[in-house]
Amino acid sequence: MARQAKATELAGKLLEGSELALARLISLIENDSASMSDVLPIIQHSLGRAHCIGFTGPPGAGKSSLVNHVTRLLREKGKRVGIIAVDPSSPFSGGALLGDRIRMQAHSLDPGVFIRSMATRDSYGGLSRATGHVIKLMDAFGMDYVLVETVGVGQVELDVMNTTDTVVVILVPEGGDSVQLMKAGLMEIGDIFVVNKSDRPGAEEIALQLQVILQMNARYAQNTPPILLTQSIDGLGVDKLVDALRDHRKGLNGAVLEARRKERRKKEFEETLAAVLIREWRRLLEADPGIREKLALVLEGSTDPYSVIEEMFPGGIIRQNQE
Amino acid sequence: MNFRIRVLLAKIGMDGHDRGARVVAGALREAGMEVIYTGPWQTVDQVTKAALQEDVDVIGISSLSYDHVLVPGLIENLRRHGADDILVIVGGIIPDDDVRMLEEAGVARVFHPGTKMSEIVEFISRAVSDRRKKAI
Repeated sequence: MARQAKATELAGKLLEGSELALARLISLIENDSASMSDVLPIIQHSLGRAHCIGFTGPPGAGKSSLVNHVTRLLREKGKRVGIIAVDPSSPFSGGALLGDRIRMQAHSLDPGVFIRSMATRDSYGGLSRATGHVIKLMDAFGMDYVLVETVGVGQVELDVMNTTDTVVVILVPEGGDSVQLMKAGLMEIGDIFVVNKSDRPGAEEIALQLQVILQMNARYAQNTPPILLTQSIDGLGVDKLVDALRDHRKGLNGAVLEARRKERRKKEFEETLAAVLIREWRRLLEADPGIREKLALVLEGSTDPYSVIEEMFPGGIIRQNQE
Repeated sequence: MNFRIRVLLAKIGMDGHDRGARVVAGALREAGMEVIYTGPWQTVDQVTKAALQEDVDVIGISSLSYDHVLVPGLIENLRRHGADDILVIVGGIIPDDDVRMLEEAGVARVFHPGTKMSEIVEFISRAVSDRRKKAI
């Protein structure tokens, strides 16, 4: 197949260091024009070297600016850095405005930095479905670090947790009172917490409250994650963040790392399964007028989804699940 | 297939007036395209590198005050990097005499003030789909 040949050819060139091949392969994967199953056998032996770090937090918290400063410090150490910057797709038009490069201009000509903007497309977990694959491609390309910036998140867009090695949750002093910090979701996934814009009033207080609250969380019973104050306008405090990232990676060994990777593979498997099932369902829908009629009943509200699915799978998988 | 048209919008040179570029960015987004917006004050090298890394189908250069004369250099740069399949369009205040110069250098289309957004959207959609057909 021509497409498969194209993907394997690009994967080979990627391993030889071609930026253009990396960029084009990312598009093929993102567009479902090529499958990772064609690429993985070629890049498999080059995987697992990069430290992958997720940066997440609400819109405007300073994620891009912090990524910019972290990149600067990593480059001073001679490390190669890949950046994946995700911004939202419109649920109406499917289009997107990807503007994270604006904050990363300092690295726009650096041969040791590769920046790729991605739209979330059909995904609502803060990343795009292809993000995990793109991390692998950048890892195979030889990046020492892959920095993943999520869309601006609320409380439950947590895909970054099962996609990266280290998660940095970025908050700002205006984030609300201490009950907000106690809520489930975002406040539980950080390996490192950052209070950015720390020159603004209330920064020290929120850091202190956060510390108390994290200590009460059973997930952090073994050790409380670092809470750091930064100012991404001038990079103040970012050196401590880079130290904390290094320490977290060092602590990620043996059982902990394996547990994390297992969790990630499980998520990858489930996502792949879901994608295949949906594709198969759409194919069926196209081919079978009977199924279209049943779907029409669901769409007009005269029957419920469970009854139709049950009819389609006479084995009764739904009922078994519910019992 | 999950294909989206990707467009890099930028201003090259010293002029920072990017209202026009922002309006076009919004219209292309509404039309379902993914717009990578780098803002003003870019160099030819920066635009080339961003276009390569982002693997865009189209580069749109907005020009108010004569920065369009840098566009032939951009096209030459793309060619050198093996990315001359990227469509380059220009919009803004472009003297009539320079339109031919830009087209001869390889610019696919020059859009003048007063152009309807739908015209830009249609042009990009058609040109990209033609190029993809040729490539397959």
